[in-house]
Amino acid sequence: MSEQSENHSYTAQLVATWLLVGIPLLWGVLKTLQNAWSLFQ
Amino acid sequence: MSSTTTAPFLSRERIVAPLNYNRWLVPPAALCVHLCIGQAYAFSVFNLPMTKLIGITQATPDDWKLTDLGWIFSIAIVFLGLSAAFAGSWLDRVGPRKAMFISASCFGGGFIIAALGVWMHQLSIIYFGYGVIGGCGLGLGYISPVKTLITWFPDRPGMATGMAIMGFGGGAFIASPLSVWLMQKFSTETHIGVAETFVVLGIIYFVFMSIGALIVRVPAANWHPVGYVPPAQPKKLVTDQVVHVNQATKTPQFYLLWWMLCLNVTAGIGVLGQASAMSQEMFQGRITPAAAAGFVGLLSLFNMAGRFFWASTSDIIGRKNTYFCFFLLGIVLYALVPSTARMGSMGLFVICYAVILSMYGGGFATIPAYLRDVFGVQFVGAIHGRLLTAWSVAGVLGPVLVNYIRQYQIDHGVAKADAYTVTMYIMAGLLFIGFLCNLAMKAVDARHHLKLREQTA
Repeated sequence: MSEQSENHSYTAQLVATWLLVGIPLLWGVLKTLQNAWSLFQ
Repeated sequence: MSSTTTAPFLSRERIVAPLNYNRWLVPPAALCVHLCIGQAYAFSVFNLPMTKLIGITQATPDDWKLTDLGWIFSIAIVFLGLSAAFAGSWLDRVGPRKAMFISASCFGGGFIIAALGVWMHQLSIIYFGYGVIGGCGLGLGYISPVKTLITWFPDRPGMATGMAIMGFGGGAFIASPLSVWLMQKFSTETHIGVAETFVVLGIIYFVFMSIGALIVRVPAANWHPVGYVPPAQPKKLVTDQVVHVNQATKTPQFYLLWWMLCLNVTAGIGVLGQASAMSQEMFQGRITPAAAAGFVGLLSLFNMAGRFFWASTSDIIGRKNTYFCFFLLGIVLYALVPSTARMGSMGLFVICYAVILSMYGGGFATIPAYLRDVFGVQFVGAIHGRLLTAWSVAGVLGPVLVNYIRQYQIDHGVAKADAYTVTMYIMAGLLFIGFLCNLAMKAVDARHHLKLREQTA
């Protein structure tokens, strides 16, 4: 595999892996913020 | 065929990265594990449903008591500390993939065994499943990516480990709503779906953690990030030498750090466990149970964010100064909390607690980089594992201190709203001892360093 295509492959992996961990974490944080909102109401 | 591709799939040799590998692929691998094992912080969502497994709508005499169920989490935390302490050296030897995979098997398997315990209504099986086996998965998973991240990010070790350990704080945010949703899906009018939820969670966590094990890579020997030049004149506490794990535990620095972690965690965990009741009692009539639950959630957010923020900050201002911030700012804030209640300032109360909890998380996240500075990188995983016994001790000490002192105050006629005042001052006192420990930190004496020949052996 050429170095350029290897770099493209790493970029794709990078996006995929960060989405894999980022989406559930973001979902959890949003749920928590929704619950925390009642403190300020 | 190279030896890398013929090496066993889980071995360290198999996961040595090529030179142009993007190191930013490694933190998601660590997060895959930490986001899962962080579920431990949300285990309490099962407590109430598990007290009604027979009675369904209300607890019957044959149902489990809340006090008995509380032991599940405690056993898990004790085994987290023990497994981290005993398996640290093994982990450094075999590498992160095998450790992460075994952690996934233990944590996922622990849930499956616990599900069996729920089906058979045998609490001892749950103690063994989630507490002992799952707890070992927690310990192995917690320390498995630490050394790998520090090696990949020699320029920013605090930020790298902070990112992973932030995942442990964030795991509860995912686990809590997910568990509640699954229990609703599996529950009927005659059945509470705890066992099915355990099975599904066990499978999800096993798969997710295994993905982390697949992604993780270790850098090739002598690899450095492009453009990184190790400082010619290291800071006073930072060593470029190596201290063996067995030698590290003979140094005063190890015990000073042990006490610093223990005291910082004792103070934080004590108030985190009581945050809901404390907020409602200190602001009677102003904070409802729903708002108190929101308050606890908010504190958990700061606990998570603090892990990344403080650990990253420690790369800039140094570990010792970061811990000085925790202790000095902590003393001021703990001492201020009773006054915020007397002033009736809920906003100030929330801010004080938010900062306190950010420093509680920050303490966890900064300690691996502190250990690396003091003892070198080679045995940092194993040394970190042994240091985590401080967490097990603090996990018992913190809640006991807060609960006991509160009850003592109430029994002696102190109003509930004022029952936490002495506790807060005692916590401030504990942090002062931590401050003195940090003050006493010096570089490890050269006689503890490994000789060059031993390092390469």
